[in-house]
Amino acid sequence: MKARVFITLKNGVLDPQGKAIHHALEGLGFAGVNDVRAGKLIELDLADGISDADIEDMCRKLLANTVIENFRIERLEPAA
Amino acid sequence: MKTAVIVFPGSNCDRDLAVALEQVTGRKPAMVWHQESELPDGTEFVGIPGGFSYGDYLRSGAMAARSPVMRAVKDAAGRGVPVIGICNGFQVLTEAGMLPGALMRNAGLSFICRPVPLRVENSQSLFTAQYDSGETIMLPVAHHDGNFQADEAALDRLEGEGRVAFRYLDNCNGSARNIAGILNTAGNVLGLMPHPERVIEPAHGGMDGRRLFEGLLEAVNA
Repeated sequence: MKARVFITLKNGVLDPQGKAIHHALEGLGFAGVNDVRAGKLIELDLADGISDADIEDMCRKLLANTVIENFRIERLEPAA
Repeated sequence: MKTAVIVFPGSNCDRDLAVALEQVTGRKPAMVWHQESELPDGTEFVGIPGGFSYGDYLRSGAMAARSPVMRAVKDAAGRGVPVIGICNGFQVLTEAGMLPGALMRNAGLSFICRPVPLRVENSQSLFTAQYDSGETIMLPVAHHDGNFQADEAALDRLEGEGRVAFRYLDNCNGSARNIAGILNTAGNVLGLMPHPERVIEPAHGGMDGRRLFEGLLEAVNA
């Protein structure tokens, strides 16, 4: 069973990296990008029986810094 | 004073901190590897040095904050042992939940490495007793992730409780309210981005960091 954890900066937290990417996109001539926020994607390969609550615990204790970041967990269906 | 310096894979200011502590206390600190689960008996001061622990993987200080030795450091801090986290050490302390807030990428995105003027905001702490409140000192910074951020309520609390120890005169990294260093509620844990251990003798081009360690020694021996 695989799960993905998406980690994003909370609203209102300044994202200098996103700003730099935005600036670079504009430099390449891409118009119409209003804002860019950069985050992280962490893929977990999990044993059977690991619950959503377990993953949430992993997020709170290590994967995300909840002072500045939000996280979202997405389960992937195991391959047949 | 019996001191300890915590060493993580990727720490690189551990030696500078050890030299500073030895010069001021006359005793070599114990260098404590991150996998240790205990500090040496009778440790009276713990220093968490600068560097790039674990290559700054995940977030600066994130992995180091969860290493075995940090449980011992937390216990020691809980007993009132003074703990200082410098640069990466400050990041480790926030990641470990021993200090509020977080240290994010510098607002200008560049790594900054130069002496910066700071104002001493609180000269009543264990660490700052030899400075005057409002005094301007010069300490070097060398960091990429020194942009201190916390929510407004946490910032108000830090200010209201006199827990802002040092503030940048010129905000070099985007930190909220120009904050360069903060104390915990009990006042025995200090985290700061600038490096006091790098300015302790004339050959360093300045000695403004020395009084931090001297003041601490005096407070511990008192």
